[in-house]
Amino acid sequence: MPHAVVVGAGLGGLRAAESLRGQGIDVTVIGDEVYLPYNRPPLSKEALKGGVDVDGLYFRRKFDDIDWRLGAAATGCSLAERVVTVDDSAYTFDGLVIASGIRPRHLPVPGIQPPVLRTVHDARALRDRLTPGTSLLVVGAGFIGCEVAATARQLGCEVTVTAYDSEPMLRPLGPELGAAMKAHHEAHGVTFHLGQGVKEFHADGVTLADGTRLTADVVIEAVGSVPNVEWLHGNDLDLVDGVLTDNLMRVVQPAKGDGSAGTTAGPTDVPVVAVGDVARFPNPRFDDVPRRIEHWNLPTETGKRAGQTLGALLKGEEPTGDFRPMPAFWSDQYDFSLQSYGEPALGTPTLVDGEWSGDCIVEYLRDGDVIGVVGVNRTKDLMHYRKEIGQEAVDSA
Amino acid sequence: MKIYVDMDQCQHYGQCTFEAPTVFQLNDDGKLEYVGEVDAALAEQVEAAADVCPMQAITVEA
Ligand SMILES: Cc1cc2nc3c(=O)[nH]c(=O)nc-3n(C[C@H](O)[C@H](O)[C@H](O)COP(=O)(O)OP(=O)(O)OC[C@H]3O[C@@H](n4cnc5c(N)ncnc54)[C@H](O)[C@@H]3O)c2cc1C
Ligand code: SF4
Repeated sequence: MPHAVVVGAGLGGLRAAESLRGQGIDVTVIGDEVYLPYNRPPLSKEALKGGVDVDGLYFRRKFDDIDWRLGAAATGCSLAERVVTVDDSAYTFDGLVIASGIRPRHLPVPGIQPPVLRTVHDARALRDRLTPGTSLLVVGAGFIGCEVAATARQLGCEVTVTAYDSEPMLRPLGPELGAAMKAHHEAHGVTFHLGQGVKEFHADGVTLADGTRLTADVVIEAVGSVPNVEWLHGNDLDLVDGVLTDNLMRVVQPAKGDGSAGTTAGPTDVPVVAVGDVARFPNPRFDDVPRRIEHWNLPTETGKRAGQTLGALLKGEEPTGDFRPMPAFWSDQYDFSLQSYGEPALGTPTLVDGEWSGDCIVEYLRDGDVIGVVGVNRTKDLMHYRKEIGQEAVDSA
Repeated sequence: MKIYVDMDQCQHYGQCTFEAPTVFQLNDDGKLEYVGEVDAALAEQVEAAADVCPMQAITVEA
């Protein structure tokens, strides 16, 4: 019986492990957190508001014969020897799943690094400090920063948000919807300092590039992410931004560049796949550019696909099929429920229904085609886009 | 098989409706409606629906 090792016990690792186990393959999952896989999105929303109880966040698990090695961080890996190391222990494998996700980025500026939000531990530590009347400074105005700001206001905290970008959630939403969301936050009492980078961190706040000093009881940093790939170094993989894979989530090795024979880019000799936030893969629904996507639905989509791919490779078969997942995300801030399909960040926003300042639907166009959509409080009206965006490319394939 | 959705958890995102359209639907008000008991032939669809629910609000019993 072939044996697969999965590194990373998040949603992507879970889905890949279950797909493999369902094919009769023995699976060991190595995860550095002490918990079985749990749901992260509530950590900035409901769970942060209500108190962070991990028992309510665990994913359901379909098999009880998957071997979970938790509290164990993979420290190295040799694809040639088919072994993953965890400190002094070695886990050999026939096939490997890379599911190690991302971690929050820190700004490279001097001073005391503020805490971040990715894990149950982070959320608990933050929740303990968000008592009514406490002042909170959020550095970063992406989705997680904005969600924390909204939740903290609902908990009775004074909230300030600062970011380098000129509007919150600028890259995924565009300037108009970003400005509208900023106005919603301001109406709920949030203060913004945008368009300025942080020059220095202090125990009680930050100094911005223009010298403005912002102080708060609690500071949190939410400025993007770094893929967890250090444990893969030394295997000649393309780790420029996550792990490069082909369209079926099989890890590819770049051309060696020394001109010797057999040095073109191609799949690794060893069966290896990658899933979830750490995987950079091309999606022909949009184009052939490999991208990482940090949306919740992708670990499930890529996990199931990668499970099939690795299952075929372990049987000595060539993986087949076609994979064109539809990225989808949501974000809840106060009474505003944002939902999206496709790749809005790649297009130019166009309001097609409602008002920027209220409930609305915004399409994002690239070369005249709708490549993404965002709706504010329009869940049901948005659903047909899930079937339509990029469908021409799918139908003509 | 029996299906139960925790309506205190459900945020009516409708992701389940894509996986098992005959079991889960959003009504005209955008609220989730679902069938509580379905034929085992739908097991795969229903399992997939439970997997994609962002709130993990769907319970399936064989
Ligand atoms: C606060 C928060 C709110 C979010 N809200 C939304 C939302 O509203 N909508 C949305 O679409 N998405 C949201 N997301 C994103 C979504 O949660 C992620 O896309 C998803 O969790 C990615 O799953 P994953 O399995 O790829 O990675 P992860 O869940 O990060 O799992 C990777 C696991 O691998 C572990 N690991 C890393 N390195 C090693 C190693 N060397 N050895 C062993 N284990 C290792 C990590 O600790 C982690 O447990 C949110 C994320 C956060 C943090
Ligand atoms: S996917 Fe989950 S949250 Fe969304 S409508 Fe279905 S049950 Fe409700």
